[in-house]
Formats: sequence, structure tokens, C-alpha cells
Amino acid sequence: MKHTTSLKSVMAFMLAILFTGMVSAADNGGLESLRSDSLELEAPAQAMKKTFENDGVMARDFIQQPPLIPHDIRGYDIDKDHNSCLRCHSWKNASKWGATRISVTHFYDRDGKQLADVAPGRYFCVQCHVVQADAKPLKDNGFEPVDSLK
Amino acid sequence: MSREFFLKRYWKLLTTPAKVSMGVILAFGFIAGIVFWGGFNTGMQATNQEEFCIGCHEMKDNVYEEYKSTIHYSNRSGVRAICSDCHVPKDWTHKLIRKIQASKEVWGKITGKIDTREKFLDHRRSMAEREWARMKANDSQECRNCHNFDYMDFSEQSSRAARIHGKALFGVDGKPATGETCIDCHKGIAHQLPDMTGVEGW
Repeated sequence: MKHTTSLKSVMAFMLAILFTGMVSAADNGGLESLRSDSLELEAPAQAMKKTFENDGVMARDFIQQPPLIPHDIRGYDIDKDHNSCLRCHSWKNASKWGATRISVTHFYDRDGKQLADVAPGRYFCVQCHVVQADAKPLKDNGFEPVDSLK
Repeated sequence: MSREFFLKRYWKLLTTPAKVSMGVILAFGFIAGIVFWGGFNTGMQATNQEEFCIGCHEMKDNVYEEYKSTIHYSNRSGVRAICSDCHVPKDWTHKLIRKIQASKEVWGKITGKIDTREKFLDHRRSMAEREWARMKANDSQECRNCHNFDYMDFSEQSSRAARIHGKALFGVDGKPATGETCIDCHKGIAHQLPDMTGVEGW
């Protein structure tokens, strides 16, 4: 095992020497990664982020934004057998749990045809609706919601 | 060899003192009692181990794999609930009854009732329903062995959890407590769920 490792590192070192002549490692045309880490190095993994638990509904930033999930969804499966989200958010169950009902738009398929239940294309909730974590944006963002949403 | 003669002989055998002393018989009985009782309980204990449960591939490849991603397998404080903590009652009588019922699972193992993933999935709904019914009948006792409502600090829970637990326990907005038991809502917390079509509340 050790032997293989040293052989590999020797080969990597030789390759590195070979390529230094052609392209200098630091010479990447002034490109910078979003996290301002060096592009040649793999950045250390960040700590896991905690999911926000909000009491109410989270504000939206633009008109068509899918509402955000204000609670943890660990272990809430969505598969062919069941949908853990609809367990509380379906029209049938929402009032019992005091949960938000899914929008009526979810009962229309992509051709605008009205269906009796949630359209298959809308079944996988977390494709659009996501939890929010306590994570600082990697880049400053100057986006402002329109006045009517503030 | 008349019938009368046989009865007489048997009666004599019962009424004649044994050749060994009473003390020896008592001592032997006492020791044998300890050995058998101890052995019996050790056997019950042994079949409650996680290693025992996943000794069969039916459990190891299906339910155990699913359970590994849940909070009862691994969590921040390292307190775990293994198979028997949820699936076998703690008190002796109910434990014994459950163990006897579980002997049917040995038959299932021998006949290969769920020996492939497909067979397991086909059978999952009925196995799940049996377990839901069992937990509903004993007021989710196995959950409550650790999660005791009396010592649950609702102020430490998220507002949603506190409100819904309150509804079940003491009722809110002037409505009486609904008295639901843990398994009524917390299904599929340690294993994947079967097709939930038609299950109450889904």
C-alpha cells in the first residue's frame, strides 16, 4: 500500500515538473472562485448548516417564487408510495394540522388541464419548495423585492 | 397386571418417602430453577440484541439499512433505540407474549416469505399494519418508554410540534384532547413507508 502511494506521488511530482514548463500553476488568467479560495486547491468542507425553523410563513422576494419551507424536513420522504409533505399540506389534511394548503395551480397539468388530484409534474415538492439554512451568501447580492412584496 | 394393581403401585410410589433426603431434593430443585430461569431469561435477552436481529439478511438488507439513516440510529447525543427497544415490550409478561408471537417469524424465515427485496416490498404493508395496530393497542408504550409526555418540555419544541402535541394531550382552543397516540402520526420514522393509499390520515 505504502509502496503504491509513494510511486503515485513520484509520478505526480514528475508530471507536475513536466507541466510547469508549459503552464504556470498560478497563471489562471486572474480567475477567482466564488469563495475566493485558490482555484488550484480544494477548499476545506464547511460545517453543516442548521435549517431555519420559522413560526410562520417566510416572506417572498419575487411574485412567482415558490413559498419557502419554514421547518426542518429531515426524513420526510417523497416517493411513489407516499408523499410526506401532502400528509399535512394536502387539501384533505391541511385544516387538521393547521398547515398551508398547496396552491390550486398544482391541480393543473402542463397543458392546463384540470386534474382531480395533484398533477404528477407537481408531485415532487422539493423541486421548487426548499428549506432555508443559516448560510451566508457566497457573494453579496443586491437583489431587492418589488415594493408590493416588501 | 390388573388396573387396580397399577393404581395401587402408583399410589404407593407417591406416598413412600424417597430414599434421598428432602434437603437434597430441595437443593437440586433450587439450583435447577436458577439454571433454567436464568438460561431462559438469557435467551430472551440474547434474542433482543441488534446483532441477533440483523443476523438474517431479511432484516439486515431491508429494515436495518433504512433505519441507519434515521435519528434512532445515529444522532447528536449518541443515545440509540435498537430494534427491540421499539419492537419488543419491556415488561416481562408482554415481552414473553411478543416472543411467542415472534416464533411465527421463524417459520417465515424457513419458508422464505420475504427472502427477496421484491417479496419484502409486497409484504411490507401488511407487516407495517400489524406493527401499527400493535402500537396503537398498547398506547405506543415502546415510544413512551423513552418519550414520556409527562417529562416532555413543550417550550423546547418547535411551535408546530408543541401545538400539535398539545392538541393530543390536553386540547387547544377549548377543544378536548384528541388523545391520539404516538403511532397515529409518527409512522415510518425508522423505516420507509409502504404504499399509504387508504391509511387513515394520509
